[in-house]
Amino acid sequence: MSRRLVTVLLAVIAAILVIPGYAAADDQGGETLSGQISDPGSSDGGVEGIDITVTDDAGDEIGTATTDTEGAWEVDLPEPGTYTVVLDEDTIPDDLEGYEIAPGAEQEKSVREGQDQVTLFRFIEPEEPAGDSEDSDQDEDELAEEEEAAEEGAEAPDVDESAPFSHQVAQVATNGLVYGLVIAIASVGLSLIFGTTRMINFAHGDMVTFGALMAMLFSTGAGGLGNSILGLLVAVALAIGIGLVLRNRVPPGVRLAVQSGLLVLGIVGATLVGIFGGEATEWRVSLLGNPGLGSQALDIAAIVLVPVAVAAAALAAGRLLRGRVSPDLVLPLQGVVLLVGLAAGVWLGAVGAALIAVVLGAALAAGMERYIWQPLRLRNVVMIQLFIVSIGVALLLRHVLLVLFGGSRMSYPEYQVQDMVGLGPIALAPRSLGIMAIAVLVLVAVACMLQFTRVGKAMRAVSDNRDLAESSGIDVARITLYVWTLGGGLSALGGILAGVHQIVHWQMGFHLLLLMFAAVILGGLGTAYGAMVGGIAIGMVAMMSTLWFPHQLMQAWALAIMIIMLLVRPQGLLGRRERIG
Amino acid sequence: MDFLSILTTSVTSAIGPVAAIYALAIIGLNMHFGYTGLLNFGQVGFMLVGAYGVAISVGTYGLPLSVGVGAGILSGIVLALLMGIPTLRLRADYLAIATIAAAEGLRFVYRAPFARDVTGGVFGRQNLSDGFRELNPFPPGRYGIGDITFSSSHLWTMLVTWALVLIGSLIMWSLMHSPWGRVIKGIREDEDAVRSLGKNVFAYKLQSLVVGGVFGAMAGVMITLHQASVTPDQFRPQVTFYLWAMLLLGGAGRTLGPIIGSVVMWFLLTFTDETMRALDQMGLLPFVSGGQLGAVRHALVGLILVLLIIYRPQGVVGDRREMLVNVK
Repeated sequence: MSRRLVTVLLAVIAAILVIPGYAAADDQGGETLSGQISDPGSSDGGVEGIDITVTDDAGDEIGTATTDTEGAWEVDLPEPGTYTVVLDEDTIPDDLEGYEIAPGAEQEKSVREGQDQVTLFRFIEPEEPAGDSEDSDQDEDELAEEEEAAEEGAEAPDVDESAPFSHQVAQVATNGLVYGLVIAIASVGLSLIFGTTRMINFAHGDMVTFGALMAMLFSTGAGGLGNSILGLLVAVALAIGIGLVLRNRVPPGVRLAVQSGLLVLGIVGATLVGIFGGEATEWRVSLLGNPGLGSQALDIAAIVLVPVAVAAAALAAGRLLRGRVSPDLVLPLQGVVLLVGLAAGVWLGAVGAALIAVVLGAALAAGMERYIWQPLRLRNVVMIQLFIVSIGVALLLRHVLLVLFGGSRMSYPEYQVQDMVGLGPIALAPRSLGIMAIAVLVLVAVACMLQFTRVGKAMRAVSDNRDLAESSGIDVARITLYVWTLGGGLSALGGILAGVHQIVHWQMGFHLLLLMFAAVILGGLGTAYGAMVGGIAIGMVAMMSTLWFPHQLMQAWALAIMIIMLLVRPQGLLGRRERIG
Repeated sequence: MDFLSILTTSVTSAIGPVAAIYALAIIGLNMHFGYTGLLNFGQVGFMLVGAYGVAISVGTYGLPLSVGVGAGILSGIVLALLMGIPTLRLRADYLAIATIAAAEGLRFVYRAPFARDVTGGVFGRQNLSDGFRELNPFPPGRYGIGDITFSSSHLWTMLVTWALVLIGSLIMWSLMHSPWGRVIKGIREDEDAVRSLGKNVFAYKLQSLVVGGVFGAMAGVMITLHQASVTPDQFRPQVTFYLWAMLLLGGAGRTLGPIIGSVVMWFLLTFTDETMRALDQMGLLPFVSGGQLGAVRHALVGLILVLLIIYRPQGVVGDRREMLVNVK
C-alpha cells in the first residue's frame, strides 16, 4: 500500500518534470524594491497616496511609486546595487501628521541579484504612552527593538530609576506579584489537566488567547461576528433548556424536532445577522460593553459579585424548589436563574463580556475533551501522539483566531489609560489592583472547591492516581471532563486578566505558555497548588530580574529557573518523587 | 487560474533548497523521536545555534567559512549535552517541555540587545555566504527542466544540501542496522528491558540526542548559506512543529520518512497556498484575504498533524507498529 503510494507520487512528480512547459516563463530575474505602509490606527488598513522615490548611488532618480489602496508600492530596478529610498513627507495624509516615520523617511538599501528587497516605513506615535523620560533621544533601532520586545509579550516594568533601591524593589516585586497571579490563574488548569490525563496540553496557551479575544469581541462589539456567535449561543442554550423541560413529557421524536428546529433557526438567524449586521452595531454596543456604563470600581465589583450571586441564586433556587415542584422541573428553573444572572452580567457591560468569555473558554475545553481527547484515549492512542495532536490543535486554534481577529495588538477600551494610585513607594494602576483582587478571590475559591467539595476531592484523587480513583468508585471520565471545563474557564479568565494587564495579541497565550510550563514544573507537575505557588514565583522572578538584567531576558530567566529546578528537584516544590519516573 | 503554473511552483518548492534543509533537520528529529523515542520539541534550537555558529564566526569575527561550519556543528553538540544531561534521566514529558523552553529561551538571548555586538540582535547578520558562493561550479543563469528552474546559487545550495541529506540517510541506515542501533531501538520499545541487560540507557539517549542535534545544526548552517543572512525570529517554535508534521507525514522511524515527508509537505503547502492565492485573485475566497493566507497555511499544518495522528499515525512509508510504542 505505502509502496504503491510512493510509486504513484514519484510517477506524478516525474511526469510533471517531463511535461514541457508552454506557459510563458515569467521573468523572475529582475530586482525590485517594494514595501507596504500600514495605517497605524487600524489593524489591516494601508495608507494610500504616499509618494516613494528611489535614487541610485550617483543620485540619479531610478523610479517613483505611489502607494495603492492597501499601502503597497513597488519600484523595479535596473541592476543590483545600493539605492536610496525616500518617502515624500508632503504626501502623508493630514490625519497622520502627528506621527513620526520609523526608521526615518530616507533609507539606504543594498539589493543583490534577483532579490526583491522589502523596505519598511512605519508610522509610530512620537511619544510612548508609558511615558519613559528617555524616549526622546532614543535612536530608531532601539525604538524598533522596544516594539519587537513588546510583541514578545515582555513588558518593561515602569520603574522610576531615581527612587531608592528598596523602593524600586518594592515596586518591581508588586508588579511581579500581579504578573505572577495572572500566570497562576492560567496554569492551574494546565497542571490539573496534566495530573488527570498525564497529557501536556500544548494548546493551553491558545485557550488563554481564546479567552482574551472572546472578551475583546464581546466588549467592543466587532460587528456582525459577535452578534452571530451570541445568537448561536442563545439558540444552543434554548435548545438544551427546552430539551430538559420536554424530557419525559412528549415523545422523544417531537423533542428532537423542536430542538433541531431551534438550532436551525439559531444558525439561520446568526448567519443573517452576520451578513446584514455589518457595522451597524449601535444596539449591540449599548447592550454589551458600553464603557460609560460601569465605572472601574463597579466593573471589578461586578466581575466578582455577579458570578457568585448567579451561582448562589441557582443553588438557592434548587434548594427552595426541591420537594415543592416535580423534580424534573428543578434543573430547568435553575437554568432560568442562571440565564437571568448571565443576562444581568451582560447588562453590566465589560463584565458580561468577561463572563461570556469564561463560559466560552470552559465550553471550548469541555468540547475538546469530549470530542477529541476522550475518543482518542478510548482508542488507546499513546501519550506521545496526544502531545502531537495537542500541538496540531494549538496551531489550528491560534491561526483561526489570527484569521478572525487579525494580528494587531489591542487593549480593552475601558482599561487603556489609568491614573496611578500611590501606595507608599509603590504606584499601581487601578486595573492592577483589580487583577490582584480577582485573582486572589478566584484562587481561594478554586482551592476551597478542591479542598472541601466532593467534586474537588474527586479531582484531586484522580489527579493523584487515576487507577486508584477509578477502582474506588469515582467516575473518572466525568471528573476528567469537569477538570477540563474548570481548566478552560480558568485559562480564559487568565487570558482576560493578562489582556487587562498588558495587551491582547494573537500570540499572547503562546508566550504565556512557556511561563506556565516553568510555573507548573517549579510547583510540581500535576498539582493545582503547585501551579499557584509556581506561577507567583515565576512572575516575581521574571519581573525582579529586570532590576539587574535587561528586560528582554525576563522570559529567559523564568525558563532558566525551570531548568535549574529540573536539575535540583525535578518533582517540583510540591510534587512527589514517584511522578518523575 | 493557471493550474500548470501552480503545479510547477509547488514542485519547485518540493525539491528546492528549503525542502532539502528541512529534510536534513528532520533526519535529526527522526533520530530523536523515530528511533529513540525522545520527545524533542526544540529541534529549532539546534538549527538556531548551527545557523549562528556560521553567522557569528563569519559575520562578526570575519573567520573563514570552514571555521563557521565547524563552530555551528560544535554548538549543536554542546547544546545537546546541555539539554540532555538535566532532562534525559527524567520522564519523557519533561524533555518535551525542557526542549521547547530551551529553544525559545535561546532565541530570546540571541535577539536581546546586550548580545547585539555578537549576534546582531533582532537584525541578525547579513552577507554570510560569499565563501560558499565562491565554490559554486555553476556559471550564473537559470537551470532546470521546463518551467521548473533554479538560479545557479539555488542549484548549488540544493546540490550540497540534498547530498548531505543522502549521506545523512545512509549514515542513519547503517547506524540503525548496527548493534548500537539495536540498543537505541530497544530503548524506544522498552527502556527497562535494555537497562536490565546492563546497558547505560542514559548514555545511549545522550548519544542519540547529540547525533540528531548535529543534523539539526547542519540544517541551520545550510539555512545561513542559503539565505546569506540570518535573524533570530526565523527560528520560532512553529518551525519545530512543521518538522514534526513532516516527520509524521513521511513516517517516523524510517530512513526515507524525513525525505518523503519534507518533499510531500512542501508540495502540499505550496500547492494549497498558490491555489488559495489564485482563488483570492479571482475573488472566490469570501472570508480571507491576502495577508491572512499565511495564517490559513499554519492552521492547515495543525489540521494535518491532527488528522495524521487520528487516521494514519505511521505516515506515508511508516510501520504502524513503530508508532504504537509508548514512551515512559
